[in-house]
Amino acid sequence: MPSYNAPLEDMRFVLHEVVGAGALAELPGYEDATQEVIDAVLEEAAKVAENELQPLNQSGDQEGCLLENGVVRTPAGFKEAYETFIQGGWTGLSADPDYGGQGLPEVLNLAMEEMMCAANMAFSMYPGLSRGAYEAIAASASQEIKALYLPKLAEGTWSGTMCLTEPQCGTDLGLIRTGAEPNADGSYAITGTKIFISAGEHDLSENILHLVLARLPDAPEGIRGISMFLVPKFLPEGSNGDVRPGPRNGVACGSLESKMGIRASATCVMNFDKATGWLVGTPHKGMRAMFVMMNGARLAVGIQGLAQAEVSYQNARAYARERLQGRALSGAKAPDQPADPIIVHPDVRRNLLRMKAFNEGARALAYWVGTEIDRHKRHPDPRARQEADDLVALMTPIIKAYFTDMGFEAANLGVQILGGHGYIKEWGMEQFVRDARIAQLYEGANGIQALDLVGRKMGRGNGRLLRRFFHPVDALLREKAEDKALGPFVEAMRRPFGMLQKATATIAQRGLSDPEEGGAAASDYLRLFALVALGYMWLRMIEAAAGSLPEAGERAAFYDAKIKTARFFFERMLPEAAGSYLAVMAGKDSLMALDETAF
Amino acid sequence: MDVKKVAVIGSGVMGSGIAAHFANAGVPVLLLDIVPDGAENRNALAEGALARMAKADPAPFFTPKTARLVTPGNIEDDLAALGEVDWAVEAIVEDPEAKHALYAKLAGACRADAIVSSNTSTLPLKLLSHGMDEAFASRFLITHFFNPPRYMRLLEIVAGPALRPEILETVSGFADRRLGKSVVLAKDTPGFIANRIGTFWLEAAVHAAFELGMGVEQADAVLSRPFGIPKTGVFGLLDLVGLDLMPKIAGGLLATLPEEDAYRTLHREQPFIGTMIAEGKIGRKGGGGFYRLAKSNGARVKEAIDLTTVAYAPATRPRVAETARALFAAEGPEGAYARKVMGATLAYAAGLVGEIGDDAAAIDTAMRHGYNWKHGPFELIGEIGADAVIEAARADGWPVPPLLEAAREKPPYDHSGEAPAVLMPDGAYRPVARPEGILLLADIKRRSKPVARNASAALWDVGDGVACFEFTGKMNALDRPVMELLTQSLDHVGRRFKAMVVYNEGTNFSVGANLGIALFALNIAAWDEVDKLVKDGQEAYKALKYAPFPVVGAPSGMALGGACELLLHADAVQAHAESYIGLVEVGVGLVPGWGGCKEMLFRAKADKRLLKGPMPAVSRVFETIGTAAVSKSAAHAMELGFLRPDDGITMNRDRLLADAKARALALAEGYRPPKAPEPIQLPGPSGRAALSLAVDQLAAAGKATPYDRVVTGHLAAVLTGGETDLMDAVGEEELLALERAEFAALVRQPGTLDRVEHMLETGKPLRN
Repeated sequence: MPSYNAPLEDMRFVLHEVVGAGALAELPGYEDATQEVIDAVLEEAAKVAENELQPLNQSGDQEGCLLENGVVRTPAGFKEAYETFIQGGWTGLSADPDYGGQGLPEVLNLAMEEMMCAANMAFSMYPGLSRGAYEAIAASASQEIKALYLPKLAEGTWSGTMCLTEPQCGTDLGLIRTGAEPNADGSYAITGTKIFISAGEHDLSENILHLVLARLPDAPEGIRGISMFLVPKFLPEGSNGDVRPGPRNGVACGSLESKMGIRASATCVMNFDKATGWLVGTPHKGMRAMFVMMNGARLAVGIQGLAQAEVSYQNARAYARERLQGRALSGAKAPDQPADPIIVHPDVRRNLLRMKAFNEGARALAYWVGTEIDRHKRHPDPRARQEADDLVALMTPIIKAYFTDMGFEAANLGVQILGGHGYIKEWGMEQFVRDARIAQLYEGANGIQALDLVGRKMGRGNGRLLRRFFHPVDALLREKAEDKALGPFVEAMRRPFGMLQKATATIAQRGLSDPEEGGAAASDYLRLFALVALGYMWLRMIEAAAGSLPEAGERAAFYDAKIKTARFFFERMLPEAAGSYLAVMAGKDSLMALDETAF
Repeated sequence: MDVKKVAVIGSGVMGSGIAAHFANAGVPVLLLDIVPDGAENRNALAEGALARMAKADPAPFFTPKTARLVTPGNIEDDLAALGEVDWAVEAIVEDPEAKHALYAKLAGACRADAIVSSNTSTLPLKLLSHGMDEAFASRFLITHFFNPPRYMRLLEIVAGPALRPEILETVSGFADRRLGKSVVLAKDTPGFIANRIGTFWLEAAVHAAFELGMGVEQADAVLSRPFGIPKTGVFGLLDLVGLDLMPKIAGGLLATLPEEDAYRTLHREQPFIGTMIAEGKIGRKGGGGFYRLAKSNGARVKEAIDLTTVAYAPATRPRVAETARALFAAEGPEGAYARKVMGATLAYAAGLVGEIGDDAAAIDTAMRHGYNWKHGPFELIGEIGADAVIEAARADGWPVPPLLEAAREKPPYDHSGEAPAVLMPDGAYRPVARPEGILLLADIKRRSKPVARNASAALWDVGDGVACFEFTGKMNALDRPVMELLTQSLDHVGRRFKAMVVYNEGTNFSVGANLGIALFALNIAAWDEVDKLVKDGQEAYKALKYAPFPVVGAPSGMALGGACELLLHADAVQAHAESYIGLVEVGVGLVPGWGGCKEMLFRAKADKRLLKGPMPAVSRVFETIGTAAVSKSAAHAMELGFLRPDDGITMNRDRLLADAKARALALAEGYRPPKAPEPIQLPGPSGRAALSLAVDQLAAAGKATPYDRVVTGHLAAVLTGGETDLMDAVGEEELLALERAEFAALVRQPGTLDRVEHMLETGKPLRN
């Protein structure tokens, strides 16, 4: 049986010593988010993840969900765990206090999601979708809709979904056919079929709120003719704090998908048959409304990648310390044992360090972006808000794609360390591989993330978004060139950063005359960017660790390990940037030369 | 005959504007009007007009000093002075009796050989010359200017049978070369050429909008950019002209048009517009018409009227197909609207060839320069295709004239020969009439291949051993490819040509360096790239300056920043009169970095009008660059020091290339490249402190922003020679190094990035 222990020490290090989450308490509305509160919340979240969610991970995978007479039953224990989860207030952790939320920073929510996903990714889907629905309604819906539904989502008694995909369209939502006919009372009748709807139907919550993309009768063709509607499973009854599920609406689960992973998450075909819905936001501007939710969801999916990498790492590490096979190449390390633990072997260490260096770098990057989400939400200066939003927008596709690619790779490395046992279900390692795989696909496949980075984010405002990353890196490289602890790492960072600059300028220039060049470079460019971003976070972590080390006392080992892991990253991972750089610079020719029939 | 002095009678908007423009041409003008009843100041009207023009924007005069050439007076006391003028332009009320009375007066007051012309826009020559004696009629004609006279390039001339040919020649030649006008000979028919078609077009567009239920923004989106028509479209233009004039113009035309004219079929009362006029919604002068500016939360919001409810709502910005051809083929209301309005208008224009002007080319020129259409009606027919135009016209029952039929088989213009030819109604081509000595790059580009070209520039052979360097990028912006081709071209020209002109036929010569590309490089902290961009530009301009052949810059429109710096390095500049030149770098938080500071300093140092000593020249350049001054004309550019006193000014846009080429060839005789200027004495840190103090005072008075102080501080560092002291002399290379250093320091500051970003997003400087 695999296990999971939330990496609280590292989380605290990143939050308090690297990204300065303590400063969030200076923002209006976050006065309560002191270091003590943050630490207490982290500890409580760890308990829920470790004690309530993790034990259901393997059993939930084996049992899966069941559709009977239109009702979906989640695996044994899920309903109770969900009850505990909402009783703890976790669904409303960062929700607005006006709607019953706790109003804590988003970055704390990210940390909570990391623990929840690492413990049980399938379970995390249910509250995860609700949170997306909360964000979309909060950003775009009328006051009336917000007052009616947001408290229910914040307390978790009602849950949410996002209904985008249809049989004929996934990435290209301009092809959506689901229609919305106006009713006399201002509501709409929604008709159509949506597929791949996570948490579309289940027995965890009293009611389910579907956010559905559909077309109005006078809608323009394509993506500019999509509107967003809220379609509840049960029409609400009552008002003023006493809202109850009323009559059943014309929406039903037609079937459940049988999937590779996250099998305890109900992935539904949803049929809408003149279901009553209400417009959220402006007619034909549904994509804009949905993007609010998609951006948050993309970050959350990136966190799933990190979480799978973390849990795989923890279990592989435990195995490598215990499994006795052969002797160290330099001579026996545990002569009193029949063999040495396999952790003595350079190649096992290489695999473990690759996971560890990614996990810690990625966590730092995610939490940095998380604090910027909070600055975007709460900073009194509009300019600071804009700058924060720029960084979040820039980093979202990088976090989504790179974290999930690495999450899958790390899950595989975990299997590798266990050898044949990794392939046996009982050990739980292969489930991480299967669960991690979906994160590379949904919320915009990773190739689409790369196009988002190159096509939308890079050129916006003549590179304004890029400035939010490039300038801090440039400043750090300048300021710390002579620094005793950082100097050598700064030196190692210089070339990859230069490559990123050069690749950025080259893509921007080539893309002007040939959009295919941008498409050809996108995925390699994203990886190059991600490596440099992790490099930057590692520099900041070294700076923090080296600063704390002399006075660290019993925590000295932690800081020492940090700096040693950094060395691995700079010497054995960051150099991959050169390969990505060369691929970018090679241009599109070798991709486009081959005739379609020659494939 | 030479025109050395003129009189303009009538100091209304047109008369005073015409007077100002004669002054712009360097001709002394007598501006006369009637003596108002009981007036104490008998020149009150003309003087009032001068006072009004001194404040008008856009300015009628090239520079404030130009106004000195205009002498105000009145038609009663200054008759004697009229005896001195070579040409009297009448621009009084459109009342035949008043005009006849004035002509009688002029017949007595003016010399017997003086030219008299009327600026009437509605009265036929036949009526004006009715009862005139033959001698007067032989020197009387209509010269119809468009408003505003300085800026609108069209001059319609109507010549009667009695007019002496040499008078027509004098007037056309003067209008062409000295006033810079495109002269079109119009027949003596109602509305002449441009307004005849323009009125039909406007009214067709209004009726069709009601008929098809178009919104005004939607209608204007169709009838503007896609057809190369100014962005005011139709309803915006009516607001500009004044809705109240519509019934008057229509009435005038209806009174005089031939019985079978299509305008009579088109015209009808539009009650909605009657209501608007009755409610005072007559356009911009009435505080709003089809559009108005409303205040909402302190911001100005453009609102548009709803053509069904007369209510205003925030204006939308509809998206329509981008080309005329695509719109004609488009389904939906916009396509239908385009076909309905332009089908009728283009067919109408085609039917008038021969009746209102000699050929289609005359009509195209009139619409281009009188209504600022980018393409005349026949150029549009060529673009859209005659078949589509005919189909659209027939759908509404408009007759299809022979010329339009002929255009099915042959394009309206034939560019295969040396000079363009235009299609006639009989299906034959006839050479386009064009005054002597006009040279257009567009013609050269149509019939030859460039000597060299890349994404942002091209080099052309314009004959007689002269090459023409053309900017071709978006907005003619200067970027790395421009500098690369310039450097290559200098090599080419050195081997194969005698001289080079830098010229193009864009609206603007160039608005300067491509800021978008620079900002992108700055955003990714690619400082070295930006430093290199500066260095490469300096090298290219230095090579241009010291090339072994003459280089003549020939700007028209805006020549800002890096483009101005190029002109400063040229051996000579032949500028179009409408040249707006300036070093505007401080507006985007920078200092001129391509040798602009250096050249301006050397020029000011050599200016004998300035006091000796290190400070006067520095102060003057500091003021010019530090305030981002942009000239309001070529004449003004001379005052600001962007042009030298011996640089040339060309009034007629179409003659600019020929004049620049002639200048280049003249310089090529025995040409020797300039010697590097002697190093100059600059005041160093003490001078810098003095300049900074001046800016601090401006800042204290609220006239300079905090970041202005930073930017001008760096500018002062360049202009005062950095760390130099009075014992040293500073040469070209040191000044270039200072430009580079201060530029590099500025681009690393957020304040500069903010300014660049703001300029790119809004087109306006940020006052941070």
